[in-house]
Amino acid sequence: MSTETTSKVNVTCTVNGQSCMLTAHPLARLLDVLREQLRLTGTKEGCGEGECGACSVLVDGVLVNSCLVPVLQVAGAEIKTIEGIADGVQLHAVQQAFIETGGAQCGICTPGMVLAAVNLLAQTPQPTEADIRNGLAGNLCRCTGYMKIFDAVVRACQRADIKS
Amino acid sequence: MRAYLPDYELRAPRSLTDALALLAREPGGWRAFAGGTDLMVLLEAGLLTHRKFLSIWHLPELKGIEVANDHVTLGALTTYTEVQRDETMRREFPLLGAAARETGGIAIQNRGTLGGNIVNASPAADSPPALLVYDAELELVSTRGTRLLPYREFHTGYKQMNMQSDELLTRIRLPRTTGDLKTYYRKVGTRKAQAISKVCFAAGARMNDGRIADVRLALGSVAPTVVRCTQTEELLRNQTIDEATTKAAREMLMTEITPIDDMRSTADYRLNVAANLLADFLRQLKHT
Repeated sequence: MSTETTSKVNVTCTVNGQSCMLTAHPLARLLDVLREQLRLTGTKEGCGEGECGACSVLVDGVLVNSCLVPVLQVAGAEIKTIEGIADGVQLHAVQQAFIETGGAQCGICTPGMVLAAVNLLAQTPQPTEADIRNGLAGNLCRCTGYMKIFDAVVRACQRADIKS
Repeated sequence: MRAYLPDYELRAPRSLTDALALLAREPGGWRAFAGGTDLMVLLEAGLLTHRKFLSIWHLPELKGIEVANDHVTLGALTTYTEVQRDETMRREFPLLGAAARETGGIAIQNRGTLGGNIVNASPAADSPPALLVYDAELELVSTRGTRLLPYREFHTGYKQMNMQSDELLTRIRLPRTTGDLKTYYRKVGTRKAQAISKVCFAAGARMNDGRIADVRLALGSVAPTVVRCTQTEELLRNQTIDEATTKAAREMLMTEITPIDDMRSTADYRLNVAANLLADFLRQLKHT
């Protein structure tokens, strides 16, 4: 171990509407801090290199791969994870649509898919099929073959109660 | 194996001035860390050899797209998403938007920056060929001052750059003289999103009276650095587009690039695809 080791830093941010003080190494992955320190294990690790989208979260309303974000860079940010998407027991239209169309199978990609879909519909409320494919292109699913996921997004945007 | 985090440092300087002072105080000690889309991958894989980083992600001096009369200036932290959304970029520099759209997926485009793409110095990066076509210039700043360098002179070899250890890439400047170019961009990879290129081809040209008046060809993944193919450009200038010209240009291009066999493709495939893309570009140019 080198002598120039860094100690942990305190990072204040908001997670799913609640103010949090995180204590971690500045290069710790946001993914690990969310899962291990806040026990928000809905955010999944797939590839750990920004290829699969399983760890997607929103930072200040921007979709990111939490495996590629060092915790120091979320100081003062508002973070939303899959746990913050439903309104209490009322599921978000995207979540409800995933259930109804069979858009979720093993479930590992689902939290990231839901976040990417919520992000897409916040920016493009009536997406074309090309918009949906582009909006979810960074999220890999090995079960569904994607068609039921695309169906879920279409179904979600047909409902009136969309909100991000 | 994963990196042992206590061996690493990441600091967030309060301002650009503080960042430059730190870079100057310990030459080679600190390196810039922007959106993390390349560096975090290396860190997780245990392959990040440098240990001390300055997070520049929050510095406002490195953000924003400014439009002046004769050029557009992009802050080094301009993301792929911002490039795609900006009206002037869409109208006058469509190759850069095309490159941004085909880099990673939405989440990567939200965090990946043009400055990072340049300084990471991968020969397979997608935005550099577009920047080469547009004759981009780089603004490099240190406590010693500011210099403006043609991007064409920046990459000097595989992962080698014309940049001192106390310098920071702050801005990318694009002259507003190319809005009328007929442009062509093709990234050839295994998959549309998330894939690294096997060949990346960006081109622009102007026709005058049936002849090629101006042509710019830039490629990625076919040499130790991204390259402008000036000999092929020279051969094409003032020519009409016919079979003989296309054949000669294909042959010249294949001598001008030096692709290799690697995990993503073969030298032979890359040579042929690059030549085919050039022929496709010339065919489209003839019919517009």
